[in-house]
Amino acid sequence: MHIVVCIKQVPDSAQIRVHPVTNTIMRQGVPTIINPYDLFALEQALQVRDHHGGEVTVLTMGPPMAEESLRKALTYGADRAILLTDRHFAGSDTLATSFALSQAIAKIGNSFGSPDIVFTGKQTIDGDTAQVGPGIAKRLDLVQLTYVAKVTSIDLRTRAITVERRSEGGTHVLKSELPCLITMLEGSNAIRRGSLDDALRAARSEIVKWNAVEAGIEDITKCGLRGSPTVVKRVFAPTPREQKAVQIDTVEKAVQDVANELVTSIFAHQPALEHELSSTRSVSR
Amino acid sequence: MGTRKSKAPPPAQARASMKKDLPEQFRDYRHVWVFMELERGHVHPVSFELLGEGRRLADQLGVQLAGIILGPPGDSTLHAAAEAFAYGADLVYLVEEPLLTDYRNEPFANALTDLVITHKPEILLLGATTLGRDLAGSVATTLLTGLTADCTGLDVDEDGSLAATRPTFGGSLLCTIYTLNCRPQMATVRPRVMRMPQRSNKPIGRVIRHDWRMLEEDIVTKVVGFLSDDRSGNANLAYADVVVAGGLGLSNAENLLLIKDLALTIGGDYGCSRPLVQKGWMPADRQIGQTGKTIRPKLYIAAGISGAVQHRVGVEGADLIVAINTDPHAPIFDFAHVGVVTDAVSFLPALTEAFTRRLAPANRLRLVN
Repeated sequence: MHIVVCIKQVPDSAQIRVHPVTNTIMRQGVPTIINPYDLFALEQALQVRDHHGGEVTVLTMGPPMAEESLRKALTYGADRAILLTDRHFAGSDTLATSFALSQAIAKIGNSFGSPDIVFTGKQTIDGDTAQVGPGIAKRLDLVQLTYVAKVTSIDLRTRAITVERRSEGGTHVLKSELPCLITMLEGSNAIRRGSLDDALRAARSEIVKWNAVEAGIEDITKCGLRGSPTVVKRVFAPTPREQKAVQIDTVEKAVQDVANELVTSIFAHQPALEHELSSTRSVSR
Repeated sequence: MGTRKSKAPPPAQARASMKKDLPEQFRDYRHVWVFMELERGHVHPVSFELLGEGRRLADQLGVQLAGIILGPPGDSTLHAAAEAFAYGADLVYLVEEPLLTDYRNEPFANALTDLVITHKPEILLLGATTLGRDLAGSVATTLLTGLTADCTGLDVDEDGSLAATRPTFGGSLLCTIYTLNCRPQMATVRPRVMRMPQRSNKPIGRVIRHDWRMLEEDIVTKVVGFLSDDRSGNANLAYADVVVAGGLGLSNAENLLLIKDLALTIGGDYGCSRPLVQKGWMPADRQIGQTGKTIRPKLYIAAGISGAVQHRVGVEGADLIVAINTDPHAPIFDFAHVGVVTDAVSFLPALTEAFTRRLAPANRLRLVN
């Protein structure tokens, strides 16, 4: 079987800083990583391949430096890596991004065999939208299975797939069919280290690079800023609260006194809370 | 930059001013719609929160507010309609079909898209739940319109466009996003971000039944089973009145006990910031913040959490935020109400004890009465 995994190279958002004066993002020195959720998707894809045979193609859209992420994916054991890169893609919102990626996946299908499953992470840590997976599924007319915690079974003969999908207040067990698109949840599996063979192969491998035309995109107006119905009008830092926090003085005081003072302060702010806490407490004990 | 799922940064101003007259085919799009999420027969609270927001937007635009209900025939959908009116909807579009019993993308996306094409809303809001995000992504792609995820603020600007504000760059900044030249303008909002509106006893409004059919044979995905979270007892962090959370300032996983002890003492729930989940110290469903849960408790105590914006957007709806942190310049003190500059690890046991003492007499009094 053929599996395509969509990944994204993202700045490690935990390390992003905002310039205190200009309110702009300070990108210098911020390391880039494979979107952590996509790693769960990649691992799941590799497990399916190891069990059922076939190959895994990793696809990303981004600037030329995104090649690093693809090479990393190869070291984990992916068979092939494709970088979709073109200045025309700059500024794509989720609708334009899902268009470009779906065109590239169709092209991958023509070149290397139609994918049985397209995997991706549930969302990225920079955009956090969770919209591109469903967008790709809709454009390729694939069944979409989002927030999947576990792929329970795949039967290649009947083309049946069973998954556990996270939903509000529980988990749904869904039975569906291949081909489909799956977005994987965090913590769904442990990411492998990759073998020495894979590392050597990754170092030697050529990353396939496609621009818009090479990916089979005829209508470039559906990409980038022009293909994006949403625009960002304003970027700003959250306003500090007008009143700074009331500070409980800790200088030369016993820790228990500070604690008592804090509790007094809490109930001074929220008088009704004291009674409520007393009653919840007596119930919970 | 600005590729998958991310929004492009500033060239914005120039782009937004490129806004032209709305294309002819969208000019008769009117009214604000809120998708009412049914969860095994019950309306998800986020739908009420959205009706509150939707009411405000509809009033600003001078249009009607509609609740959208897709479900099986029976009491649950009619009850949902009555609730939609009680929370401010003028009308309800109702699709009743047995195959809309459990959520599946194919029939729900098909039915909602059909409703939009027929009745042409200007704005369509959904909860940013697993269901809402799954559904919204499909519908927006089919309609080729803009969808803004996880908004923390919604407004209508002078020319009547929806201004949707959301955190960006992992939550370090906020950005305001417009959908130009396409309708409807779609947005998802996380549970607990918007305030729960007052429930009124408004008389029943107008229910418009929408005729929609699909054959079960044409739906590939089948629901085989459902495993409820009830037994784990931790599904309600978002709705807890009191929440205590820990961050990296706790130094090690064992110190999480201090958080749990305090939470138990004051009858609250507990959670953590993202780094602790990444370290594997707590499960992901206890993470508070932009990529975790949004909470709106009466009291929130953050211990050893520095308060990056991604954490802030998850907690700023709390009535009272108490921050305990060694760094007096930590961003959490910018949005906390009460702060203590001290080491959380040594301070938490003292705080737990102080609460115990303060709350104990009340208990004794209760027993006497």
